[in-house]
Amino acid sequence: MLEDLFAKVKLRASYDKPADQKGKINIPENLMFKCPRCGKVEFMDAFLLGGKICPACGYHARLSAQERIEQVADNFTFKEYDKHMKSLNPIDFPGYAEKVAHLRRKTGLREAILTGECEIMGQPCALGVMDARFMMASMGSVVGEKVTRLFQRAEQEDLPVVLFTASGGARLQEGLISLMQMAKTSGAVGRHSRKGLLYVTVLTDPTTGGVTASFASLGDIIIAEPKVLVGFAGRRVIEGTIRQRLPEDFQSAEFAQQHGFVDMIVPRGELRRTLAQLIRLHTGKGGGPDENSVG
Amino acid sequence: MKTAWDNLQIIREKNRPTVRDYIPMIFRDFIELHGDRLYGDDAAILGGIGMAGDMPVTVLAQVKGRDLKENQASNFAMPHPEGYRKALRLAHQAEKFHRPVICFIDTPGAFCGVGAEERGQGEAIARNMMEFMELKTPVISIVLGEGGSGGALALGVCDELAMLENAIYSVISPRGAASILWKDASREKEAANILRITASDLVEFGVAETVIPEPVGGAHNDPQLMGKRISEYILATIPKYTKIPIAKLLENRYYKFRKIGVFTEQKGVNPL
Repeated sequence: MLEDLFAKVKLRASYDKPADQKGKINIPENLMFKCPRCGKVEFMDAFLLGGKICPACGYHARLSAQERIEQVADNFTFKEYDKHMKSLNPIDFPGYAEKVAHLRRKTGLREAILTGECEIMGQPCALGVMDARFMMASMGSVVGEKVTRLFQRAEQEDLPVVLFTASGGARLQEGLISLMQMAKTSGAVGRHSRKGLLYVTVLTDPTTGGVTASFASLGDIIIAEPKVLVGFAGRRVIEGTIRQRLPEDFQSAEFAQQHGFVDMIVPRGELRRTLAQLIRLHTGKGGGPDENSVG
Repeated sequence: MKTAWDNLQIIREKNRPTVRDYIPMIFRDFIELHGDRLYGDDAAILGGIGMAGDMPVTVLAQVKGRDLKENQASNFAMPHPEGYRKALRLAHQAEKFHRPVICFIDTPGAFCGVGAEERGQGEAIARNMMEFMELKTPVISIVLGEGGSGGALALGVCDELAMLENAIYSVISPRGAASILWKDASREKEAANILRITASDLVEFGVAETVIPEPVGGAHNDPQLMGKRISEYILATIPKYTKIPIAKLLENRYYKFRKIGVFTEQKGVNPL
């Protein structure tokens, strides 16, 4: 009787396999995760349960904007700004429109950044989250405009800004218009800053190019997730210039911190608490001139 | 009609004048100043003070060489972070002494190297853009030849941008674009012609205000005449901006960049 049971299972297993895979070892897809930083192969379960962190080296892998908002914002507090903004094709770049349309369907995003307002452990703030799945979160008109409006609204409503950056740089498919977004966003950061409001940047994987060279580097406080890529030029471009291999940790969050460009490296699990704490530390009104003072 | 590729050939002309040629033609009593007071002095960016007509001005410029030796000395006009920080220091000095700032842009881009990353190339460019946006003195930028991406924009946040007739200004070099798009850097010409990088393209986008005409065939055919035209442009343009109250000037400067962007906010319609 017991033998019958085993026979049944065996029979089932052989049915489930497609004809061309009979006899092959059946490994489900997405069983393993290969870390882009340390190169080790780990079980996907261990990687996912830890919040998409490499169990071997602690590299914090990319999250979608939605996943990030769920992790960081208090439940049901996120209100999205400029939801319907979409890119056009300003220089009639071949293939750009198709690429964007395809990514919209694939990711469910309209563009490479979500912006809005939310609360983090009860602390209200303006929040922006870039999503690398959308053309490597390159900055075109929409990303530039949404970031600018985020700072503008935060300025009007006296809110601090928390911005999770990730980007391959300026979006070359929009030509010089994308480059000018660097100046535009930097200007908006400056205006928000001049009003005495807090801006916290969280550098996530990968923050490079024109975004590093604009709003990502301008936070009052700059946080990075462990092991993520942070830099200006592409690694291969530099290797091509100097004609030698670069060390493993080059352009990592730790490298940036060591050279003085990152205030702190915060693991994902502590991020929410750290952000809330920082915002709280900036809500007191000490020292500064009050509204009635002159000059 | 002249294409972007034709412009590229002209600005790559070996004898094309550089900012070192133009300075004596444009400014009297020019004195060069050095160093960022933080790390070093970057020869890729030149800074100094001189007289434009009867007005003292601060000059900031990316320096191309006229031969290999000069180019090696100035790193082919590819600045390091200390170059941008020197520019910012001198810009603040100009603000203090109420001098207009004249920037000459001519660079393939910010330098990509180990030292540049270690010393924060991204941060240096970002800070320049943010602080130039609020610099309380007029800023005029002129693209002499090559306006290469963020490395150019770090001297390009200004009240008015002028382009020499054949100059280009691009988010990525045509070569770089070709290798990303088609994995083939030799299709540079094709890329140059679709990127919209010429002076007239930029006037159309509202990025540049003025095109300064070059002598027939390009600036190298008559450097003296080119220098004279740049000088006339500067002398005519400075008073336009020194007249404007500072608060208004900064508001205009911000909106010059604020308005750039092409997008739609129509609901539910797929615009593409």
